[in-house]
Amino acid sequence: MENQPTSGGCGSGCGCHSDPGGQADATRRNLLKAAGVTLGAAAFAKAISPIVNWSRENLSVDEFLQQHYRELDKEQLAAVMKRLEQDAKKNYGADVTISDHRPQKGVKFGYALNLSVCIGCRRCAEACHHENNHDRATNNSYIRVLEMQKGSMDIEHGNAHYDHPVPHPDKFYMPVQCQQCDNPPCVDVCPVEATWKEDDGIVVVDYNWCIGCRYCEAACPYHARRFNWTKPVIPKAEINPKQSYLSNRIRPQGVMEKCTFCLHRTREGKMPACLEACPTGARVFGNLLDPDSEIRKVIDNKRVFVLKEELGTRPSFFYFFDE
Amino acid sequence: MFFGVIAVIAVFFMGALAIPWLQRNRDRPGRAFSDKKPGDFTHPVVIRKPGGVALVDTGKKDSHGQAVMVACATCHDTRDPNFNANSGESLKEFHQGLKTQHGGQTCLSCHNHEDYNTLKRADGRPLDFSESMQLCAQCHGPQYRDYQNGSHGGMTGHWDLKQGPRERNHCTDCHDPHHPKYPLVMPVFPPKPVIGEAIPSADGEKSH
Repeated sequence: MENQPTSGGCGSGCGCHSDPGGQADATRRNLLKAAGVTLGAAAFAKAISPIVNWSRENLSVDEFLQQHYRELDKEQLAAVMKRLEQDAKKNYGADVTISDHRPQKGVKFGYALNLSVCIGCRRCAEACHHENNHDRATNNSYIRVLEMQKGSMDIEHGNAHYDHPVPHPDKFYMPVQCQQCDNPPCVDVCPVEATWKEDDGIVVVDYNWCIGCRYCEAACPYHARRFNWTKPVIPKAEINPKQSYLSNRIRPQGVMEKCTFCLHRTREGKMPACLEACPTGARVFGNLLDPDSEIRKVIDNKRVFVLKEELGTRPSFFYFFDE
Repeated sequence: MFFGVIAVIAVFFMGALAIPWLQRNRDRPGRAFSDKKPGDFTHPVVIRKPGGVALVDTGKKDSHGQAVMVACATCHDTRDPNFNANSGESLKEFHQGLKTQHGGQTCLSCHNHEDYNTLKRADGRPLDFSESMQLCAQCHGPQYRDYQNGSHGGMTGHWDLKQGPRERNHCTDCHDPHHPKYPLVMPVFPPKPVIGEAIPSADGEKSH
């Protein structure tokens, strides 16, 4: 009897019938299907909404089609920087000047830090925050000051969240920022060549070429790279208007950023902001290629060391203790 | 013969490809240098100077609300020097609140009892207040050496003196001469956690 065709049914022997009960079944199924489709569509719309909104609000056609920094000629770069200035005006209401600072011939930057006199006051991190137009809400900074147990050199056991009068007698303080490695692992892993090492030793990022994959953040043994999780929020009055394309211009959401030894200052001959802010004079900055520079005197006369030397990254950032 | 011709054609072909490729890298900002060069020292390094003559706050205010300052000689011209005094508390009057913690020095180790408007070197020769770095350098040789090498003491301005001047702190900008140890301070600017970062427990160890 099961295989006999029955009048009013679907005829496929599936067991459905044309009686009122069967009608109710079909309606319920259709209802569930419709509900499923609606929910699925809603979930999909919700899932892609950040992309849709992000594209509509922030990404212009010019920006989307922009070439890599090193592929731009002078006129194209000038047009890009002008557009970025207009974006800063539109998004932040601030009148900023974005320049293109190039390396000087015969200069390779080096930085040294005297751990005997650093007291861990974090003024360098604060100066970095303001100089480099970091997001105010997150207290972001390219410098992380680690409180270290005396006798330990393992930065993985340093504590950045100390909150007591400093210096504590049992601790020493080690500010860690980008070490501007000569063999930078962060550059090696970038899948789109959005980050590279310049001739004066600074590792830079083209924020408009970066795809935000964060490989470089994972590759950096010094935890020196930062990711822009959100669009940086900075009050108009607090924006540092003197900006550089590869340095402290306000970064877009979703890209990596890093310390550039304040190249917008140092390529003009000035000291980095963190050095000027240091109240104890723990920081020494200069040209490694100039044998009379302060940084060379430190390297020649002090027992300097670099962090995680065994990794072969060859940092341009040196630490030392007095005597 | 045939392979020779092929080789020659190949060389020309590679050259034709390579020349435009080499030219394409000209005038790219990513490869250019700035026209600035480090070189001859043209700008000065200025060391901040302490005031020439020492004045002491009497703790009183004048009719304009300004602190009344008094020169050393006002009192010390008419008094015998006390070679044993080594802190404010050991005095009966004046300099009472002066915090002193500087090795085993007495006041007159550094102050000149013959002319209180000057300081005194270890060998007894007077020294102007504006030259007080020399006084510090008598005992703190390694620090003075490091200062001269640029690795002790804060500074502002230019690393490249070709492009601008530099201003350096004086010893007394950071160290109070009477209690020179740098004081304890509260750290500023506490880091806030970002997404994905584990906050360490109280013992300072990160919990991975």
